[in-house]
Amino acid sequence: MEPNMRHILNIVCYLPLLGVALIVFVKPERKTAVKWVANITAFLGFLVSIPLITSFNDPQYIDSSTGFRYVFEVNWIPLIGAKYKFGIDGISLLLVLLTTLLGFIAILSSWNAVTERVKEYYAFLLLLQTGMLGVFMALDFLLFYVFWEVMLVPMYFLIGVWGGPRKLYAAIKFFLYTLAGSVLMLVGILAIYFYQYNTTGIYSFDILPLQKLGFPHDLQYWVFLAFFVGFAIKVPMFPFHTWLPDAHVEAPTAGSVILAGVLLKMGTYGFVRFSLPMLPWATMHFLKPMLILSLIGIIYGALVAMMQKDMKSLVAYSSVSHLGFVMLGVFAATPVALQGAVLQMVNHGISTGALFLIVGVIYERRHSRLITEYGGLSQVMPVYATVFLIMTLSSIGMPGLNGFIGELFILQGTFAAPGLWMYAAVAVLGIVLGAAYMLWLYQRVMFGKLENPLNQNLPDLNFRELATFVPLIILAFWIGIYPSYFTRFLDQPVNAIVERVRTDYFKAGRAEGPLPASPVIHAIRAAP
Amino acid sequence: MDFLWLVPALPLLGSAINGLLGKRLPKPVISLVACGSVGVSFLVAAGLVLSLIQRAPEERHVVQTLFTWIAAGDFVATAEFLLDPLSAVMILVVTGVGFLIHVYSIGYMHAEDGYYRFFSYLNLFMFSMLVLVLASNFLLMFVGWEGVGLCSYLLIGYYFDRKSAGDAGKKAFIVNRIGDVGFILGILLIFATFGSMEFDGVFRQISQRFPAETGLGILTGIALLLFVGATGKSAQIPLYVWLPDAMEGPTPVSALIHAATMVTAGVYMVVRCSPIYSRAPFALEVVAIVGTLTAFMAATIGLVQTDIKRVLAYSTVSQLGYMFAAAGVGAYSAGIFHLMTHAFFKALLFLGAGSVIHAMGGEQNLLKMGGLRKHTPITFLTMVVAALAISGIPPLAGFFSKDEILWSAWAHGHPAIWGVGLVTAGLTAFYMFRLVFLTFSGEERMDEHTRRHLHESPASMTVPLVILAVLSVMGGWVGLPAWMGVNRFAAFLEPSLRFTALSEHEPASHALEAGLAVLSVAVAAFGIGAAYNLYVVRRESAQALARRFAGLHALLSHKYYVDEIYDALFVNPAVTGSREVLWKGLDVGIIDGSVNGVGRTIQGSADLLKHLQNGLVRSYASWILAGTIAALFYIYSLIRR
Repeated sequence: MEPNMRHILNIVCYLPLLGVALIVFVKPERKTAVKWVANITAFLGFLVSIPLITSFNDPQYIDSSTGFRYVFEVNWIPLIGAKYKFGIDGISLLLVLLTTLLGFIAILSSWNAVTERVKEYYAFLLLLQTGMLGVFMALDFLLFYVFWEVMLVPMYFLIGVWGGPRKLYAAIKFFLYTLAGSVLMLVGILAIYFYQYNTTGIYSFDILPLQKLGFPHDLQYWVFLAFFVGFAIKVPMFPFHTWLPDAHVEAPTAGSVILAGVLLKMGTYGFVRFSLPMLPWATMHFLKPMLILSLIGIIYGALVAMMQKDMKSLVAYSSVSHLGFVMLGVFAATPVALQGAVLQMVNHGISTGALFLIVGVIYERRHSRLITEYGGLSQVMPVYATVFLIMTLSSIGMPGLNGFIGELFILQGTFAAPGLWMYAAVAVLGIVLGAAYMLWLYQRVMFGKLENPLNQNLPDLNFRELATFVPLIILAFWIGIYPSYFTRFLDQPVNAIVERVRTDYFKAGRAEGPLPASPVIHAIRAAP
Repeated sequence: MDFLWLVPALPLLGSAINGLLGKRLPKPVISLVACGSVGVSFLVAAGLVLSLIQRAPEERHVVQTLFTWIAAGDFVATAEFLLDPLSAVMILVVTGVGFLIHVYSIGYMHAEDGYYRFFSYLNLFMFSMLVLVLASNFLLMFVGWEGVGLCSYLLIGYYFDRKSAGDAGKKAFIVNRIGDVGFILGILLIFATFGSMEFDGVFRQISQRFPAETGLGILTGIALLLFVGATGKSAQIPLYVWLPDAMEGPTPVSALIHAATMVTAGVYMVVRCSPIYSRAPFALEVVAIVGTLTAFMAATIGLVQTDIKRVLAYSTVSQLGYMFAAAGVGAYSAGIFHLMTHAFFKALLFLGAGSVIHAMGGEQNLLKMGGLRKHTPITFLTMVVAALAISGIPPLAGFFSKDEILWSAWAHGHPAIWGVGLVTAGLTAFYMFRLVFLTFSGEERMDEHTRRHLHESPASMTVPLVILAVLSVMGGWVGLPAWMGVNRFAAFLEPSLRFTALSEHEPASHALEAGLAVLSVAVAAFGIGAAYNLYVVRRESAQALARRFAGLHALLSHKYYVDEIYDALFVNPAVTGSREVLWKGLDVGIIDGSVNGVGRTIQGSADLLKHLQNGLVRSYASWILAGTIAALFYIYSLIRR
């Protein structure tokens, strides 16, 4: 076991590639064999990622100077100082596990959904998996950028080849949007890279020294904006979100699950990993505009979601709203809010991933995603109705399930942040609207009379379909009832980020009591 | 006391068994699991309360810690249950009345398809409600709070193939969520201010930091935010609109959730937070006024409703208003006292109505009933008992609790609230006996088919009715007013309100209290008499009265048009604005339009530019020629200068 753990991140990251290599050697006609190879690889991919969590606090895997785990480092392109460096902290740990789990579930869910070009389909899904894992593990900015771009290609093909009627439009829109963002991000990366060389004489893309370097304000200003475009498109934040509904509506189910569950987190992860710790001055400078955009995302996404006629489109807009919550937590930049934001990234992956699977189940049976085509499905599909209900409740933040904990943390952390209580007060409205659009969707699809003759004999979930939901349901309850199991990984990295952004947070916070109080509370406290 | 966790856990277990396996279980087993779990839960609760009473009053405060639920930095919440006199009263009411309604449901729901689903939800409700009342901190209370809301949603929408049921469930959930906004912000503000969410820790701090009443400060803010939550859950102005619609659910659900227990959660919460409220006189004033207005307004709507369950629904809204009025004038124990007696007689009224509906083959319209006394004698008798109790006729339960409220309003210096409360008491007696007379006396107005099927309900339904009738008679005797003896109920609750009291009110004259009590009984008797006169003696006079005051009658039967106003003000603008302006206008039109516009511009320029690269050597050669000439001209122009 000992020597393997040194390579554990490499194994987790490249195991899917091994699956791709195997699939290449299978004849295209042998579709079942391809499916088995892909499913087994993905399942193994999940299994090998479990030791990451069980050995996480084993001191021999902790890099004592940075707190990162399982760090693996070799020179990559010595000429420009680029290193091949992997490592994870608590934040990336949760996202890596989310990725390996959702990757497996997405592949399992495709068994009957994809019949054309099966070989290529699974190869792309597995390649995508490696790209995503690499993004979360990379501790070298150039390496990060390479994985970031690697992800783009398989996703483009997944939408463009196996998508719906307007797949080409959606795929190109997705590609161009993200590419435009990532080019700006690259400019930002190069700017800080050369600044580092000019001040220290070192050519390096290593993220951790860059986080500590401290850049002049005008550089932070422009780099923040460059990163912002790159990450905000990915999140997506209002007003960069219009690629999302198109991509989701056209993508195959597994594509949507991965897109919503993992790909969107790349943007929020980018903000947490790079923008906040590297550009703390700019973060505080742009705090209010970012928070306002987040609030717009929450409210606007929910209102537009309410009006959608296509189920996938509805869930896509709901993602805009949910990711607005995440961004609120990120830019509230207090420990509890940031923990909530990271947890909510995972929660959104669970509940929205499941909701896309749920839409996929009936799409596979009826080939329609229009809400008006359905109604009264509870009568013929009781198990499906239960799963759908649980995930609806998870999505709208019912206590006892995961979504509540994430939203609560974000709201509490924002409310307690100096001067930000108003933002929390507005964000709370999002939970009313969230309940409105989700329950209305549920009512229109599941309740009422079973009037459409095409729906009379819909079969309930089969064993394989149920198997895709069970882990997500377990996690939803687990995080809801005992979140400490997951949040304990977040204390250390999140506090480090908060310390970078709000340099006096911990000093001021402790002195004054439980909260570095908002002005209103000060005013009220002053005159009891 | 180690078994406290069993009280909520047993119904949860029952819910899990029926929910997961119920489809394969025979109905008797389902019934046994559902009722048994609640019954045992009641016995455990009773045992715990008995041992609580054995203790000295100041030691009646038991906390059982289960596990650390949330720990993120300084944001910590434990899963902890608190048994004190206040929660003791609540768990007895919830499990006791809950058990009777579970038993009743065996008979009422026997022919339904989703029998197991019904009982699974009902047990889940019991679990959530018990978490709500046993929680020792605000966050866990909120868990129960949302849980009961969810079960309410599921059970209102139990007949999910009816659109109206789905709509009603959704409306209930969303209106409650609006209230929850206030509740959540209140909790956040509490944590931000006191660094804790534990009731005991927060209240202790409050009693130290705020020894006297405060002005418009942080406590007022907290109190008002929490009260917004209460108006949602307990159906007060302006958020009461969901409760009448909630009658779409099966009648036992209406009895349990929408009368006896869940809707009282707001009252419980305000009383639990009485240390906050008693120091925030402005918030308290708001509570009192909202409660009184709701009591009056709902009672007036109840006067003209023709659906038997809707009359009871408005009655519930009205009675909840009384409870808030009690809390608002600082008579917290009177509010809880009325909460308890109301649970008895209102559950009885709903279950009686269910028995009537059962006999009538599903008909709920009062105008199509009449003369049921002969056919359903037990239902008739027990419902008359309940109607007398709610009307405040001594010595039934409602008399003691309602009079305590009215008297407190008067004695604490709120004569206006006392006056409105008194008038509402008369209205209550009137609409309640209107219901009784229309249902049970006079001619039989149903069709022939229904008439032939009229029958008394089975024992599983009538036995709970009789038990509740006994409770509706005797339930008030634990809280005799001061002029008649000792108010044991108020004395028992005292330890739970230990951080509440700021100053003792002057003991007022017993003679005056007795005199006012006689007056309120007289008003109730007048209400009953008026109903008798209109609906038994001169039947046509009711219609004549409605014609004479046609405008008022229309206003009342349309419930003051509040639903229509809300639709016009909030719902429709939100829907139309989202669809037309935000989605089609902004999202598809402007944002995506400009994105596609950029795309088209690039495509257009590329269309022009692509002619440059067409693969024809001759064309390339001519471009090279043109370029060379242009360059030469440029150089030439430089030289010339």
